[in-house]
Amino acid sequence: MGTDLIFRIVLIVIIFLISLVVAMYSTYAERKIAAFFQDRIGPNRAGPWGILQPLADGGKMFLKEEIIPTNATPFLFIVGPCLAILTACIGSAVIPWGQKMVVGGHTIDLQVTDINVGVLYIFGVVSLGVYGVMIGGWASNNKYSLLGAIRAASQNISYEISMGLSIIALLMLTGTLSLKEIAEQQHGANWNVLRQPLGFLLFIVCAFAETNRTPFDLPECETELVGGYHTEYSSMKLGFYLFAEYINMFISSAVMATLYWGGYNYPGMDWVLAHTGPAIGPLIGTVVLFAKIFLFIFFFMWVRWTIPRFRYDQLMDLGWKILIPLAIGNIVLTGVVSTALKHFGF
Amino acid sequence: MESLSNKKKVLEVKPLNLMERAYLPAIIGGLATTMKHFFRKPVTISYPEEKREFSENFRGMHSLKRDENGKERCTACGLCALSCPAEAITMTAAERQKGEEHLYREEKYAAVYEINMLRCIFCGLCEEACPKEAIYLDGDIVPADYLRKDFIYGKDKLVEAPLNQ
Repeated sequence: MGTDLIFRIVLIVIIFLISLVVAMYSTYAERKIAAFFQDRIGPNRAGPWGILQPLADGGKMFLKEEIIPTNATPFLFIVGPCLAILTACIGSAVIPWGQKMVVGGHTIDLQVTDINVGVLYIFGVVSLGVYGVMIGGWASNNKYSLLGAIRAASQNISYEISMGLSIIALLMLTGTLSLKEIAEQQHGANWNVLRQPLGFLLFIVCAFAETNRTPFDLPECETELVGGYHTEYSSMKLGFYLFAEYINMFISSAVMATLYWGGYNYPGMDWVLAHTGPAIGPLIGTVVLFAKIFLFIFFFMWVRWTIPRFRYDQLMDLGWKILIPLAIGNIVLTGVVSTALKHFGF
Repeated sequence: MESLSNKKKVLEVKPLNLMERAYLPAIIGGLATTMKHFFRKPVTISYPEEKREFSENFRGMHSLKRDENGKERCTACGLCALSCPAEAITMTAAERQKGEEHLYREEKYAAVYEINMLRCIFCGLCEEACPKEAIYLDGDIVPADYLRKDFIYGKDKLVEAPLNQ
């Protein structure tokens, strides 16, 4: 029991560090990828190919003057970004990063905790994320911040509904809320996206909206709202908000990869596992999972430099009039088809 | 009314069909376009390390020329200063002393010759005005600096390097 606890703590620290490093280098990747999409070369001055750029940016953020506006509520003003980054970080607790590893007689579970309501936990954490934005915008005591925060909150709440509905169709097939079991069911190339293509499409659209990424990046808007909910923020508190967005992107990529794209499963994994042993084999699965996550992060950035943003009424139209009916239709379709298949004995 | 230019074109706005309203084909088309750019060679020129090729008649920083024996050609006639529309050029003439024949070609030379690079518009009229072929705008781009006074270039920066060095 004692060693198990130590393994867990080490795993928590590792996952925490990995999510921070991934988020840090997502900022670099975003700038580099944006440059490539625009026929430029991107940051290349700090270190070879500019790989020290995130450190330079972080240093700049820490050294800038910290301003708390006179009319702001200081306590809530500080709590806002803390809450944003906290909720972004704790989502990773239920994601299965790999199969069980056996090293020297010890079985190591590459998952911090396998709770049987993992999917619900993720949704709970995602909805908590709204509070960071809302409190920050409210505490700033600035009309732009408040309007930006209200926009962000209403957008997140609207898209959470269709996200939840799109996941219900998946849960009807898996019959479990545990992410570990969902991942295990997709052994080999038996990925859920093959059975739920529409569900995945709805989920990824909602994931874009939940992480406030283009084309749903309306909470920030220079022309109307200055910086949106973080207009009054400066220094590292602003950095936390921006950082939380990248961590959210990482976590939602991990969730999408786990729920729909097989998580750490890949075709021919049994053969690889038999040839590499139970200590190294699961790590290859973890590498595959991270490859999928990075592909999703790349896709997030690719879309950002392709699609222009929505107008706010179009955003609400899409959320309420198109995605929710489609998600409900998907539930009905899934139910009918799976019952029919069972009935005719497939 | 009849259009005079005959270029008037009436556009028809058709309602979108289902395929177009689904947006997905258009989005995939857009993603393909951006992907094409992703693999295209960047057009960036990393300026201080890499320089763009200039055309042959590019006018950059001025240089005061020497003749084939390494003597300064400028005779401080002041025609360049007179022709300068920006009034960027100023000079002080001096008489050549005995023993300075290897330095200056004529009996009179410019003891001080200054061009204010902030005033200069790089039109090349000084070049055209010079009867001695002493000034040419054949140099590089004038570099940036911090102080206005540092943009007044004297003979130390303008005169060509001596021949035998």
